[in-house]
Amino acid sequence: MVKRKQWSEWMQQTVFVGPGLLFFALIILLPFFMGFYYTFTNWDGVDKADWVGLDNLTRVFTDDERFWSSFWFTSKFTVAAVVTTNLIAFGLALLLTRNLKLKGVLRTIFFLPNVIGGLLLGYIWYFIFVRGFSSIGESTGIGFFELPWLGTPATGFWGIVIVFVWQTAGYMMLIYVAAILNVPKELMEAARIDGASGWRILLSVTMPLIMPAITICLFLTTSNAFKMFDLNLALTGGGPGNATESIALNIYKESLTNGRYGLGTAKAMIFFFAVALITLLQVWTTKKREVEA
Amino acid sequence: MEEKYAKRTFGLELLGIVLALVFLAPFYFLLNNSFKKLPEILLNAAKLPEAFSLDNFRRAWVAIDFPTVLMHSVVVTGLSVLALVIVSSMTAYRLVRRPTLFNKVLFNVLVAAMIIPFQSIMLPLMKVTAMFELRGELYGIVICYLGFGLPLSMFLYHGFIKSVPLEIEEAAVVDGCTPYGVFGRIVFPLLKPITMTVIILNVLWIWNDYLLPVLVINDSYTTIPLAVQKFFGQYLRKWDLAMAALTLSTIPVVAFFLLLQKHIIAGITAGSVKG
Repeated sequence: MVKRKQWSEWMQQTVFVGPGLLFFALIILLPFFMGFYYTFTNWDGVDKADWVGLDNLTRVFTDDERFWSSFWFTSKFTVAAVVTTNLIAFGLALLLTRNLKLKGVLRTIFFLPNVIGGLLLGYIWYFIFVRGFSSIGESTGIGFFELPWLGTPATGFWGIVIVFVWQTAGYMMLIYVAAILNVPKELMEAARIDGASGWRILLSVTMPLIMPAITICLFLTTSNAFKMFDLNLALTGGGPGNATESIALNIYKESLTNGRYGLGTAKAMIFFFAVALITLLQVWTTKKREVEA
Repeated sequence: MEEKYAKRTFGLELLGIVLALVFLAPFYFLLNNSFKKLPEILLNAAKLPEAFSLDNFRRAWVAIDFPTVLMHSVVVTGLSVLALVIVSSMTAYRLVRRPTLFNKVLFNVLVAAMIIPFQSIMLPLMKVTAMFELRGELYGIVICYLGFGLPLSMFLYHGFIKSVPLEIEEAAVVDGCTPYGVFGRIVFPLLKPITMTVIILNVLWIWNDYLLPVLVINDSYTTIPLAVQKFFGQYLRKWDLAMAALTLSTIPVVAFFLLLQKHIIAGITAGSVKG
């Protein structure tokens, strides 16, 4: 009887957890650990993978300006994209938590870009930057539209930021809206009776109470911006030169274009540690500011 | 006071409309230029077309082989999401109901793995897919999505199952239901709200994904994003064809969103607040 029960437990564990564990181990864990090994080899993507010790890492750290310029580009991009996206998303959320008649329609419109993939959005905007903006510029004479969009490092940088914000703001807006609607009405009312202005209420009542939403939004935008690939590929392809090349694109090119898979894997591992460090630090700092109502 | 308030709301309403138009502007450019002839686009991309013609769409339909790539996208997304729903709900159920040391450790490992960026493991993954003959196969990409999607989907189910009362299951066991029957007939139907969230999040992710299919099933199952990328590689600056191809490629997912927007917005809010 005891044996039968044990057998049944074992069977259930296998049936329920087995498939998930198997595919997770095969698709994520195995490649992850193989990555540590390949970091120290001259892997060519096929069969050759001789141990080369610290060669790849030394090369990345001492003799790979392009990687570090892509690292710097990605960091600057992340800061610009995270700040702009969250400010706009929060502003839209404040607007949509007012008593507007068109609330529902507006929410749908602001969210719409998010359902379309980065690659398609990238190409739609590529056309707008290259043909659309110049057409608007010619007919209105506004200098902003007459810039050589995507043709210079600065316009390439801000071009990707614009599309990233346009794509992501609606998603973050939804999270902020849900959080703002959860702030107890009595607290706002009490603050108003005590004579607090709209700004004061926003800064001293609303903001502290929606800190969990801010944590989530900052986390999502930071990790998405830092891993940005599709937009980069479609909009600038890393150009002009390598001025707008993200880390993800740099890894992709190093391995799939240049065929240096060992070196690419070494960079990918450095990338992993950077992403882990940044996201943990960010969650840790904003978590500290969360309060209860 | 009353009138002032109304005026302010009206002002905000107008602000909202202006912002919405700015958000919609790219779609105007996209749609508008899908109907134009190339010289017209080059002359002025902002103006409305002189004559509406579906000619671009007809040519783009053939150029990207739209019916085929659409079907590939539907099959890849559909099978992957189906597999993810089944496997991740089963895994989560067991991890919640039998919190043995092994299962607790597994849960934490799965959650921790969410931090690993795709690009960090994509190169060894190519080796793995070649080794296990997953490359170029439909089941191969489904298995890849199963692996990558499992942590988040399992996590969402895990949070939800914790709130499902155990009494219902106990009653079913007394009535002679097997453990598998309890899950399949009683627990799984109760998970419907979170299943909607899991389906929506995964459909949007897999439908739009570019990098994984390019590495795993590039030429055998060209999905919509892959077809668009290939098209732009060949016909860059053939704007008339390109805009029509982009419009066609955008329609399915936009239609999906507009039809199910209530569920999608609720599902995404639920998913991100828990995640």
